Amino acid sequence: MPMTITEKILARHAGLESVAPGDLIEVKVDLAFAHDFTAPIAIQVFKDIGAPKVFDRKKVALVADHFVPNKDIASAEQAKLMREFAREQQLELYYEVGEAGIGHVLLPEQGLVVPGQVVIGADSHTCAYGALGAFSTGVGSTDMAAVMATGEIWLRVPPTIRVEYTGTLRPHVGGKDLILRLIGEIGVEGALYSALEFCGDALRGLSMPHRFAMANMAVEAGAKNGIMEPDEITRAYVEGRARWEPLFLKSDAGAKLEKTIAIDVSSLEPQIAFPPSPANVKPVSEAGNVTLDQVFIGSCTNGWLEDLRDAASLLKGRKKAPGLRLIIIPATPAILREAMKEGIIETFLEAGAVIGPPCCGPCLGGHMGLLASGERALATTNRNFVGRMGHPKSEVFLCNPFVAAASAVLGRIGSPEEL
Amino acid sequence: MKYEGKVWKFGDDVDTDLIIPSRYCNVSDGALLAKHAFADGKPEFASTVSPGDVIVGGRNFGCGSSREHAPIAIKASGVSVIIAKSFARIFYRNAFNIGLPLLESVDAAEELQEGDRLSVDLIHGKIENLTRGKSYGARPIPPFMERLINAGGLVEHIRKEKLQKRA
Repeated sequence: MPMTITEKILARHAGLESVAPGDLIEVKVDLAFAHDFTAPIAIQVFKDIGAPKVFDRKKVALVADHFVPNKDIASAEQAKLMREFAREQQLELYYEVGEAGIGHVLLPEQGLVVPGQVVIGADSHTCAYGALGAFSTGVGSTDMAAVMATGEIWLRVPPTIRVEYTGTLRPHVGGKDLILRLIGEIGVEGALYSALEFCGDALRGLSMPHRFAMANMAVEAGAKNGIMEPDEITRAYVEGRARWEPLFLKSDAGAKLEKTIAIDVSSLEPQIAFPPSPANVKPVSEAGNVTLDQVFIGSCTNGWLEDLRDAASLLKGRKKAPGLRLIIIPATPAILREAMKEGIIETFLEAGAVIGPPCCGPCLGGHMGLLASGERALATTNRNFVGRMGHPKSEVFLCNPFVAAASAVLGRIGSPEEL
Repeated sequence: MKYEGKVWKFGDDVDTDLIIPSRYCNVSDGALLAKHAFADGKPEFASTVSPGDVIVGGRNFGCGSSREHAPIAIKASGVSVIIAKSFARIFYRNAFNIGLPLLESVDAAEELQEGDRLSVDLIHGKIENLTRGKSYGARPIPPFMERLINAGGLVEHIRKEKLQKRA
């Protein structure tokens, strides 16, 4: 029976010849991930289950990335609980402040996620790893506790929606715009319970950070996972860093699809998601006069080195608008170090930016740049819900790193061409 | 299982940041989280919700972050069941895993009004509006989820079916 890449990975991990959408299956997990926001509940539930040890101490990754360096006493207690659990269970993949960055960037960077795997994370953006041709999805803390105890999870095989991007991308347009454009079209539940499979010639030359940004936001359309077939760019990325044997799979011709969506990107502009929904998308030329109090460049969606390079290419020799706050957070220590070597951090400081330590920062309204009532931010993050980045009467707009940098200079939402 | 309570009505795409903002998720305790349920969208909810009350949402209820703090806060506030047109997938798993039942019913979600008194029969998927004298059917709970509920949530299910098999 012809299968999609998602079905092939799930079938292998369930020990089955084939699976079909709707099947309820038990799947072996290659890597389980949680962070300081979700691990504490998972650890409590793990203890309730009564399993003495995690299923494999080499396959449970705990990363301090949300409220670290700890923002208050309560979050310090949560981080401590995770740290002590990691010690007690002798977890090999525990990442402390200093080694830790945003989990969804750190784990691929460290070669812990490879094509063909099943990765389950207690974080909704776990779907990002699909960019490598892995099956990955987010779950809650109780599911994570069960995975830590058994190394397995029950899943319903999702139907696949294939999205074919054709044409050539214009300058300053990337993965973030491709996914925002799609979410704008199908809405925040347009892919509910489904697999989003991205393909098409427009993706051929697209680098891994752009692909991660796309798969990362599959959940914003309600999808269970986002996925792409691995190609030469994928191979080059995992070569020399993969800690496990990768498995390069492709969808069969004739595999059953729920539907196919075609998007021609030839005339696509950078996209802006207006509050309060990632589906509330307009091209940057139609944004109107949106003045800004803050611009944030970072997060698991756009905190990669290439994102910082893109922003720096526009900020070089320029200054942020007076009175505007420009916050930039490299996603991992390795990215921060490389950005320093390349002079990118110097460029940012010259432009008037402040640099945060690798972590999720203000993206989810944790710390390092929350918004006051009535304030407006433009961010390279993935969500712009009411109160997401601070006060419920503040507003968040989403965009790519080029647009964020240009807008920081302009003091309002604008395109790089306006500089 | 039968529940009775009054309706708290919400719209489409209620996200988990709205259910419990991140700034209150630096703790894991249900009672503490419940104090801040819907803090930004319905500030009166946490102080006036009564045991048995029912949340009625539109489409895609519980979208966004995977935080289990969201269903935990709702359950700890005393809410017995959530009725919506559809649920976001992570929220759906999380709710059943912690023993907070969800029912899908487009008609009920459309017609029920804030403050209506309801009687909900979970097993038969029957929703009765005691205020307006009308009843609605709901999509039956999938057998697997019923097994989870019967086992008393995922923790008990794992204890019974997995760890014992292994031992």
